[in-house]
Amino acid sequence: MKKYTFTEKKDTRSGFGAGLLAAGKKNPNVVALCADLVGSLKMEAFIKEFPERFVQVGISEANMMGMAAGLTIGGKVPFTGTFANFSTGRVYDQIRQSIAYSDKNVKICASHAGLTLGEDGATHQILEDIGMMKMLPGMTVINPCDYNQTKAATEAIAEFEGPVYLRFGRPVIPVFTDPDQKFEIGKAWMVNEGKDVSIFATGHLVWEAILAGEKLAELGIDAEIINIHTIKPLDAEAVLKSVEKTGCVVTAEEHNRLGGLGDSIAQLLAQNNPTPQEYVAVNDSFGESGKPAELMAKYGLDADAIVAAVQKVIARKK
Amino acid sequence: MKADIEKLTGIATQVRRDIVRMVHQCQSGHPGGSLGCTDYFVALYFHVLKHNPDFNMDGKGEDLFFLSNGHISPVWYSVLARSGYFDPKELATFRKINSRVQGHPATHEHLPGIRVASGSLGQGLSVAIGAALAKKLNNDDSLVYTLHGDGELQEGQIWEAALFAPHNKVDNLISAIDVNGQQIDGPTEKVLSLGNLRAKWEAFGWDVLETNGNDLAELISTLELAKSRAFKGKPIMILMQTNMGHGVDFMMGSHKWHGVAPNDEQLAQALAQLGDSTNDY
Repeated sequence: MKKYTFTEKKDTRSGFGAGLLAAGKKNPNVVALCADLVGSLKMEAFIKEFPERFVQVGISEANMMGMAAGLTIGGKVPFTGTFANFSTGRVYDQIRQSIAYSDKNVKICASHAGLTLGEDGATHQILEDIGMMKMLPGMTVINPCDYNQTKAATEAIAEFEGPVYLRFGRPVIPVFTDPDQKFEIGKAWMVNEGKDVSIFATGHLVWEAILAGEKLAELGIDAEIINIHTIKPLDAEAVLKSVEKTGCVVTAEEHNRLGGLGDSIAQLLAQNNPTPQEYVAVNDSFGESGKPAELMAKYGLDADAIVAAVQKVIARKK
Repeated sequence: MKADIEKLTGIATQVRRDIVRMVHQCQSGHPGGSLGCTDYFVALYFHVLKHNPDFNMDGKGEDLFFLSNGHISPVWYSVLARSGYFDPKELATFRKINSRVQGHPATHEHLPGIRVASGSLGQGLSVAIGAALAKKLNNDDSLVYTLHGDGELQEGQIWEAALFAPHNKVDNLISAIDVNGQQIDGPTEKVLSLGNLRAKWEAFGWDVLETNGNDLAELISTLELAKSRAFKGKPIMILMQTNMGHGVDFMMGSHKWHGVAPNDEQLAQALAQLGDSTNDY
């Protein structure tokens, strides 16, 4: 198992804030909108640098999505910022009609996704957003795994033409990817080559997959770990190549098991290479209040859950 | 430039012919609101707007128009075709398979003149405000126009946008509401009363004008007054009284023709009231 270390923990939303500032410096057409959550989305640095390119929308997310669509007419590259729940479920129809169906170059940037939002509870912990967004034709869906990757992804989507859903989170987690990485949309990242099982992980679950890989190595299981930061378009080549070698799959995501990364992989495999698969995901339920780590353990989204899923799926291999 | 009302009236009659023929040939679509707003569209595209039928999505240096109540697409399509955005013959494909002339306005098939999809109500004002903000960022001093249905004002997003625009001094925006008092299930007064619209929009901070939407001369002077009041710190709202179905006597003033196509006999009866067929597509 390749060794991953970290010297600090940071939140992925801060990676977004840093990436937004960098994108704004590089491209004068980048503009940002926020629905009364500037501090939570870490947008202060961009606002300080480019006050005239920032739109404070107030608590009106539907209006924000519509205005973002309108700003593209005239060549702007708008980044909207609010929590993942208010970035998707609250405004699904606005995104569907004014952005996706209208082919607008809007970057929907969504923080506080999933259970790790923590204490605020299920009203704010959206676990269905990846599913909603990936069902929209033409929408690119990205869920990076740490601060550095989120920063790189934010800069990359500014240069990409088309609507994007960028999902990130609230808690501080280890920073373990390369600060100078080149983020390639739609290209999976090989975290660890192995031969016994393919673990496809996204977002906060990538670090948990690394911890699981270390535990599995102690048990004599050689796990291949792949970071699927781009859920749509899915890197089918990387997935099929890995599964060809390992013959079994565990998917890991901070999302409902219905409609998330696991389903995308299952669909690909069903058509190309039917393979035993176990899901590490929320089992079709809402979340609840609690500390992020407590919630991830209770809902089966941590390294231990990945280890258990790997043992189960290996036993299913013929 | 002085408006040639006679010429515009002739165009409006042709557009009304297009509307009833389009809706008749596919037995689907929304004639009532389309006929009621014909004079507004003709005034806008043939006299008021600074626009280029050689369509370009960004529209830099041009006035932009957004139709928020997308179901009155027949009138918009006819006016776009008649002002040179595409061949009027294409109107014959309205609502048919493999057409750019979709049931509701869309960009997906790249029909020239359309900048955003509409149909699900309440979204166009926000989009127009975004486009108006982009114009300000680009130092482009042309204007942004929108049209909304009165029933559409029952959507909450409209009022989010209504709050935003005055607070942010979006004063390069001239919106209009088609006040015909009708919606699918009946008169707006019965379905969900809109109350005093002038007082509401003024309370939100808009500069409000009122006009008869079926009198071309009055419409044009109101639109020109609106232009003269742009860039003065407030967005502008025109409350436009119209008759649903205007121009076809048996369709006028009733919600029953909101989304119903005429049959062969009704088509003949309507066309008999609307000039001749010389320039039909």
